Amino acid sequence: MSSIGTGYDLSVTTFSPDGRVFQIEYAAKAVDNSGTVIGIKCKDGIVLGVEKLISSKMMLAGSNRRIHSVHRHSGLAVAGLAADGRQIVARAKSEATNYEKTYGEPIPVKELADRVASYVHLCTLYWWLRPFGCGVILGGYDRDGPQLYMVEPSGISYRYFGAAMGKGRQAAKTEIEKLKLSEMTCREGVIEVAKIIYGVHDEAKDKAFELELSWVCDESNRQHQKVPDDLLNEAITAAKAALEEMDAD
Amino acid sequence: MENKLSGFGLDPTGVERRTFLEEGESSPKQSLYSLSLSASLYLACFHLLSLKLGFILLLLSIYKMDLDLSAPHSTGTTIIGVTYNGGVVLGADSRTSTGMYVANRASDKITELTDNVYVCRSGSAADTQVISDYVRYFLHQHTIQLGQPATVKVAANLVRLLSYQNKNMLQAGVIVGGWDKYEGGQIYSVPLGGTILRQPFSIGGSGSSYLYGFFDQAWKEDMTHEEAEQLVVKAASLAMARDGASGGVVRTVTINAEGVTRKFYGGDTLPLWHDELEPTNSLLDLLSSSVPEPMST
Repeated sequence: MSSIGTGYDLSVTTFSPDGRVFQIEYAAKAVDNSGTVIGIKCKDGIVLGVEKLISSKMMLAGSNRRIHSVHRHSGLAVAGLAADGRQIVARAKSEATNYEKTYGEPIPVKELADRVASYVHLCTLYWWLRPFGCGVILGGYDRDGPQLYMVEPSGISYRYFGAAMGKGRQAAKTEIEKLKLSEMTCREGVIEVAKIIYGVHDEAKDKAFELELSWVCDESNRQHQKVPDDLLNEAITAAKAALEEMDAD
Repeated sequence: MENKLSGFGLDPTGVERRTFLEEGESSPKQSLYSLSLSASLYLACFHLLSLKLGFILLLLSIYKMDLDLSAPHSTGTTIIGVTYNGGVVLGADSRTSTGMYVANRASDKITELTDNVYVCRSGSAADTQVISDYVRYFLHQHTIQLGQPATVKVAANLVRLLSYQNKNMLQAGVIVGGWDKYEGGQIYSVPLGGTILRQPFSIGGSGSSYLYGFFDQAWKEDMTHEEAEQLVVKAASLAMARDGASGGVVRTVTINAEGVTRKFYGGDTLPLWHDELEPTNSLLDLLSSSVPEPMST
C-alpha cells in the first residue's frame, strides 16, 4: 500500500505524475498511527469515543483530553498529532463565536464543518505551511437534528452516520456497520462505542489506554458534554465483559 | 419623525446652511435673512396677490418649520408588525415628508430583504434604505453559504448590528418581520439605539404614539389572518388621522408558509374617524362647483 514518491514528495505544492500530493498522504499516515477515534449518530444524538493511549504511568487520568467542546452544541474528537488538533479546535471555537456574534444564532453544524474543512485545506495550499497531521470527527446537535462530520488532513469533509479514524479504524468501521444506529438511543450508543474501542484495542502493541467518551443528545439537553461518570463506568464494565466473552470463545 | 440633523443644502435665499442645526434652530444671520426674505415676500404678495396668500407665506417663514425643500427626507411614519396564527402581517402608511412638505404621498415603506423577510422602515429614509441594501446583500451571501433561506432572527440581528455600531450617525427605527420553517412567523423590533427585541406585535414611527393604548386593548394572541389584517389597517388609519407626519394610503404585506402577499388600501377605502372629512379625488371638484358649500362645524 505504501509507496515512496521519490522526488515528488518534498513539498505540499508538488503533484506527482499520477496526480497525487504525497505530503497530504503522509499527513494521513500520522493519523493512521494514532489511537482509534469513533463517532456515531444515534437517533437522538451523537456519541464520540477516543482510545487515548497512555504513554506514561505517571500521567494524570483525565489529562490530555482528545475530545473538545467547540460550542454548547458541538464537540470535536481529534486523531493524530495532538498539538495540531489543538490548533484546529481553537479555530473551530473562534469560527463558532464569530458566527454567533454576527448572525445571532448558534452556528449550524454543517457550516462549522465547512469552515473547519476549509481551514484544514488551506494549509495544504502553500509551501510555507505544512498540512495538519490530524483528522477530526465533529459531532453536533442543531435545529436540523444531530449531525456527524469527519474532516481528514486533506481537507475533505463528509457527513456520516458512523465514522472512525486511527489504528483500529478498519475493525471499528466493520463493527459500526453491524449496529442499527437509527433505532439506538445515545445511552445504548455509549455502551456500544465502549465495546468497539475495547474490541479494537491491541493489547500486544499498546499496553495502557484510557477511554474518553462524550455525547450530545436529547438527554444531555443538546449540550456537548462528557458522558456522566456512572454511565461511563457502566460502559467500561460492559465492554470488559464483552471482551472476556469473546476471549472465552 | 422629523429629522434632528439638517444637512448641507441651499435654502431659498441661496445661502449655504450650516450643518447639524437642531430642528427649529437657525443662526442669527440666517434668521435675519429669512426674516428679510419673508418680509419682502409678504410685501410682494400683498401687492401682487391676495392678502391671504402673503400672510400665509409670512407665517410659514417666521414659524420655525421653514418650507425647506432641501431638508433631509424623513419617513415621519406609522409602521406596524403583528404575528398571527401562521405568519406575520406588516403594515405602514405612505407619507415621506421633507419638513412640512410631503415629498412622496404614496411611498412604499415595507422593503424586501429576502423572499421570507421584510422590513418596515421609519426615521431617516436614506439611512433605512442604505441599511436595507446592506442587509439584503449580506443575507444573499449568507443564503448561498447556508444552502437554505435565512431565518428572520439572522436578518434582524444583521439589521441591529448595523444600527448599533453606527448609532451616532444613523436615525433608523425598523420593524423586521418574516416567516421561517423553524420558528414560524416572527416580529423583531429594532428601534433607534440598536436594541433588538422579539415581540408578538410591534409599532413604530411618529404615528405609533397614538396606538399604544389601542393595541393594549385590541391585540390578542392567535388571530386569524383576516383579523390581523383588519387590525393593522384600522390601527394605521387611526394613527394617520392624528399624526401629521403620517398619511396617504396603507400598504400591508403578509408573510407565511405559502409566501408573500401585498395589499393596498387607498384613501377612499380607509375608515374615517371622528370629524375627518371625506377624501376627494381632486381639488378641481371643489373649485368647479358654482356655489361653495358652507363649512360645517
